[in-house]
Amino acid sequence: MRSFASRFARQRAGVAAALFVLLLIGIAIVMPLAGLGDADRISNDVLIAPSQAHLLGTDDLGRDVLVDLLRGVQVSLFVGFTAAAAASVLGIVIGATSGHYGGLADLAVMRLAEIFQVIPSFILAAVLVALSGPGLMRVVTVIALLAWPQVARVTRGEVLRVTHLDYVDAVRCLGYRESYILFAEVIPNAIAPALAVSTLIVGQAILLEASLAFFGLSSVDIVSWGRMLNSGQRFLFNAWWLSFFPGVAIFCTVLAFNLLGDAIGATLDPKGKR
Amino acid sequence: MWRYLLARLAWALPIVATIVVISFLIIRIVPGDPLQALVGDFPAPPDYIAQVRHQFGLDAAIPVQLWRYAAAVAHGNLGFSFANRQPVLELVLARARLTLLLMVPALTIASMLGVVMAVSAAMRAGSALDAGITALSLFGYSVPIFWLGQLMVMLFAVRLGWLPAAGMISLRTSPSGWAALASVLWHMVLPALSITIYYVAVVARIARASVLAVLSEDFILTALAKGLSHREVVWRHVLPNAIIPVVTVIGYHFAYSLTGAILVETVFAWPGLGNLFIVSITNRDYPVLQGILLVSAFMVVLVNLATDLLYAFLDPRIRRGYAPRHA
Repeated sequence: MRSFASRFARQRAGVAAALFVLLLIGIAIVMPLAGLGDADRISNDVLIAPSQAHLLGTDDLGRDVLVDLLRGVQVSLFVGFTAAAAASVLGIVIGATSGHYGGLADLAVMRLAEIFQVIPSFILAAVLVALSGPGLMRVVTVIALLAWPQVARVTRGEVLRVTHLDYVDAVRCLGYRESYILFAEVIPNAIAPALAVSTLIVGQAILLEASLAFFGLSSVDIVSWGRMLNSGQRFLFNAWWLSFFPGVAIFCTVLAFNLLGDAIGATLDPKGKR
Repeated sequence: MWRYLLARLAWALPIVATIVVISFLIIRIVPGDPLQALVGDFPAPPDYIAQVRHQFGLDAAIPVQLWRYAAAVAHGNLGFSFANRQPVLELVLARARLTLLLMVPALTIASMLGVVMAVSAAMRAGSALDAGITALSLFGYSVPIFWLGQLMVMLFAVRLGWLPAAGMISLRTSPSGWAALASVLWHMVLPALSITIYYVAVVARIARASVLAVLSEDFILTALAKGLSHREVVWRHVLPNAIIPVVTVIGYHFAYSLTGAILVETVFAWPGLGNLFIVSITNRDYPVLQGILLVSAFMVVLVNLATDLLYAFLDPRIRRGYAPRHA
């Protein structure tokens, strides 16, 4: 673990990204406590350009864009982390079981993963949300169901390698059950590549949620960055700040998770110098 | 080679079947009774409800309904859109054509540009150019494509006033002839440019890795050792070998770029699939949503098959029947 930290510290972009993510987590925790955010805190100062009183301007209902932006951190992080966690657990368990036991089930699972990778995930997610109604948990579920194959693939590959290492055979000779060997000995040593992929999924999930909200598929009473871009679309000609800043927020956040994922991947795989 | 192609074709069938099943199930697993949508919100007499239920086959067992649905899809019958007074398939295909009109030029330009950029980056690995191209591809992976479209509108349409912000054709032009074509092309520039920028990033990233992998092969060293110039090595040895994984990736990313096109259309009010999608959500026109899902998934499967074909054609190892692996 120590060597992981010191090797990670050499990835400068990754460290910067990690700090940014920590900052976002801080904002997500502090914002509800600060009591700044009533979603319906409308005022008469409508469509005011960025100024000293409103650093990032106000929207058509007179809400401060900066405050909404900070409140939106929570939604994006929640969707990103929960979806990635769910997809990772699903992917690791399915991928590891499939790789460890092999056989017909393995073939079937990998085919299923391929099918999931062919289906245009945004369209499927949009149809599902359009039919079942908006809701963060629904969006998270859909994203997790669409993203697990990515984790399953890398985990399976790693499990295939680890299962045939000598130490696993040694444990086998001690007479433990296969399921115990899989969960106690194989998975903990095969989980690393999944970590990098999961971090990338956080970014994808944030992007997908924003796209759905931009499509109008999010609940009206939750402030999210995608929703802000959706309302900003109507004011592209007279209020650029409504579309500019939420986009910057999404971009920086997704970029941070992508850089972090790449850095974790590079740290775990020192051979692949990129 | 035929064995490889047959195997790929056999691989596509279960995918198509799964997509049809998903599309069928989607309507059934979501809350809300389809009957309600057919009959309307008015209190209707029970006889009438029963009649509608029977007429639309909703009284049959689920497997029977699934079978009927699959049979209808196989015959190209995706239902009828009451909001548009048009069969769904006709409607979706007409709009898909307009989406492809944006996508095909954008993807073509992006693929070529991406490969050229990747080669120049990889040849000078570690240089400022390489860093710039790597940064661009990170940008492409992280930027919401619809926001990129909005930025384009704000810069080129609002601030500079160079290009139209929305629509497909100017209302003042006659709907046919050269003037109309010019107007459509003019309206295409910004949405197509947004898709291109986004996609160049994807291609450049993959192509760069692929070129770097080829550059470290022994045969490149051999080619250089026997005195070939850098230019010859790139054209005769690096590109032909690096392009194969790039082609497959471009093909397999079709679903990804279709999504991008659909989102960009929304920003520019381009009357393609994305626009139809949004309107159908508002109208609760479920058969159209199902139709868009089916048609776009079929498009993806077809493009993937075409990619496999091209891959087999480009890679002599597969063409001659060795190493039937897939990427």
